[in-house]
Amino acid sequence: MEKPEGIKLIDENGLRIDGRRFDQLRPIKMEVGVLSRADGSAYVEWGGNKILVGVYGPHEMYPKHMQNPTKAVVRARYNMAAFSVDERKRPGPDRRSIELSKVISEALSNVVFTEYFPRASIDVFIEVLQADAGTRVAGITAASLALADAGIPMRDLVVGCAAGKIEGQVVLDLCKEEDNYGDADLPVAVLPRTKEIVLLQMDGHMTVEEIDQAMKMIMKSVDYIYELQKDALRRRYVRYAEEIEEGE
Amino acid sequence: MSSKLAEEVVSEIRKDYIMNLLSTGRRADGRDFEEYRKIDVVVNFAKRAEGSALVRLGETQVLVGVKMDIGEPFADTPNQGVMTTNVELVPIASPTFEPGPPNEDAIEIARVVDRGIRESKAIDLEKLCIEEGEKVWIVFIDIHVLNYDGNLIDASALGAMIALKNTIVPGSKFGYEDFPLPVNHYPVAVTVAKVGKTLLVDPCLEEENLAEARLTVTTDENGDIRAMQKGLSGSLTYDEVKKVINMSQRIGKKIREKYILGGD
Amino acid sequence: MEERKYREIVVPGEEVDLQGLNPGFGLYADKGKFYSIYLGVKTVRGPYMNIVPLSGKYIPKKDDKVIGKIIDIAPTHWVVDINAPYFAPLHVNDVPWKVEFGDTARYLNIGDTILAKVSNVNEVKQVWITMKEPGLRKLEGGQIIKISPTKVARVIGKKGSMINLIKESTQCRIYVGQNGVIWIHGAPENIMLAIKAIRLIEREAHTWGLTDKVRSLLSGEGD
Repeated sequence: MEKPEGIKLIDENGLRIDGRRFDQLRPIKMEVGVLSRADGSAYVEWGGNKILVGVYGPHEMYPKHMQNPTKAVVRARYNMAAFSVDERKRPGPDRRSIELSKVISEALSNVVFTEYFPRASIDVFIEVLQADAGTRVAGITAASLALADAGIPMRDLVVGCAAGKIEGQVVLDLCKEEDNYGDADLPVAVLPRTKEIVLLQMDGHMTVEEIDQAMKMIMKSVDYIYELQKDALRRRYVRYAEEIEEGE
Repeated sequence: MSSKLAEEVVSEIRKDYIMNLLSTGRRADGRDFEEYRKIDVVVNFAKRAEGSALVRLGETQVLVGVKMDIGEPFADTPNQGVMTTNVELVPIASPTFEPGPPNEDAIEIARVVDRGIRESKAIDLEKLCIEEGEKVWIVFIDIHVLNYDGNLIDASALGAMIALKNTIVPGSKFGYEDFPLPVNHYPVAVTVAKVGKTLLVDPCLEEENLAEARLTVTTDENGDIRAMQKGLSGSLTYDEVKKVINMSQRIGKKIREKYILGGD
Repeated sequence: MEERKYREIVVPGEEVDLQGLNPGFGLYADKGKFYSIYLGVKTVRGPYMNIVPLSGKYIPKKDDKVIGKIIDIAPTHWVVDINAPYFAPLHVNDVPWKVEFGDTARYLNIGDTILAKVSNVNEVKQVWITMKEPGLRKLEGGQIIKISPTKVARVIGKKGSMINLIKESTQCRIYVGQNGVIWIHGAPENIMLAIKAIRLIEREAHTWGLTDKVRSLLSGEGD
């Protein structure tokens, strides 16, 4: 997008428009087990993003011809609410949503022990209620919480995080204006234990050195985001016990 | 067959349990016949909307967002703004919801909610005219269902009114001034399900699944009726209809005072 | 208020110290170390360190007694929802009645609830159930509730101690299916009290001091 006159993404003190340093994440909050119908669910606020994920499954997959006889199929569906963005988005899947659904499905399929559930499907619904750049990485971070909440066997959680380039400078976790007016965007999803990469996209203009810088920044954040995930999963059970205390 | 079908099969034991309790004057969740479940509202939850409300009605959760744009008026109302309501029954909300364009359930909910707002003239559409015949404000009411546990109509209608009441028309985006959306009337939808011979206000999911008929009555702040919708394939006596209208007036008044007119 | 105590919760992919025990359920190995597969609690059983999941659907095991709902009928079998990832067929050969071809609806109908046993599970997770054993039958009356199957053991208790406490206090007949479906039969107020107690256990299954809390609830203290 063309940058309007007078917008500076980095000020004289080296701070970004929301006051962050180059390697600083936006504030993140997570909550697990927020929906009663879904088998597992999670809600994440990340900067100005508000993302809700619900998981159903494993259950027998229909249509039958799409079943895999040896394992479960993990199907993620990324969807944005009409009011989640500044310019109202027409409801229904657009090409971008379909692409994101695909790459997120592939990433999650890597960690789930799909061979435990032949012929089944595990459906992951990612609803973006409010968008502020980085919805796919926030979404996949929430999705891995929802899968754990549903009791799905996995070899690790999945941490999503993005970096990018603005005004020639590599920075972590772009916000909306930086994504719109910046030079590049690099969303990544990583398995926290082994640092294997399960989602990787890039869009813009970066040199190999800049990508290297960006990946380093992302990897440094993975452990922190993982701690937030673990904490949210543990709190899920403490919170329930407290609900009972109040309700009695 | 799918897990959707499994969800929709009602267990005889659960059905008998509910019906037996009803015959002794009780509902399975302990409520009175005219009692709503716990209602929680978060105003302006969706910050990119011009106005929004997250409504929790028991475990039913609905997020309503209002977005505005400028466009052409309809030919037959050249000096009025345009209002349009859409409901998304997204699959996250229930194992029985499938992805795809709005089905007849989504469309019915949207049209009933829309009717209550439109017929009560809740929004002063004439104040949304910028240039007669050329430019008017368009109000998009988008209802995004997050968790379905019965009575989507009332939760959606309540969310829509609270969202509208808190909507700021984004004039500054187009070179004008921002101003609060002109809302003058406050319709409230009250839905009652007929289960056996009993009329139950705010049916939960199980009660909805057992109901033979359902009647939604939308009243305004004068107790006048602005919309009615009978649903499901069973029948109602006129006596029952009158009872439901009366309930809607009484209970709608309480809901209006507490959640729409009360301090935000 | 006294501090709550919880059994240690681990997340998928988290390393688990076996503490000299053998690796049991819910763990996978990678380069000599062990990691949890589930969001669950570390539980020692005999010489094994297991991870017991905190949530998830019922995974059918041979000889488990389960409570299921008939969701479809065919000429020679019924289809039963047993709260598992897969539906279970119930063939006319596996019921105590002599059923003629096409006459299946006369014995069991859609919406009926049955107490059955898992007779077989094959390598691709297909499951078969049977009612051809004493005690297995169609259930009628009372109420059915569903809990997470991972909490069944806690609801039953050591040697049935917890479920017996509830049965005695509420004077209800209660059957806990291994698949997390529970049938309760008794006076309406007693059924409600039994359900309250079971829900308490379900939510606090991973804490210590649970038996006292349940006893307290059943005797009406601290309401």
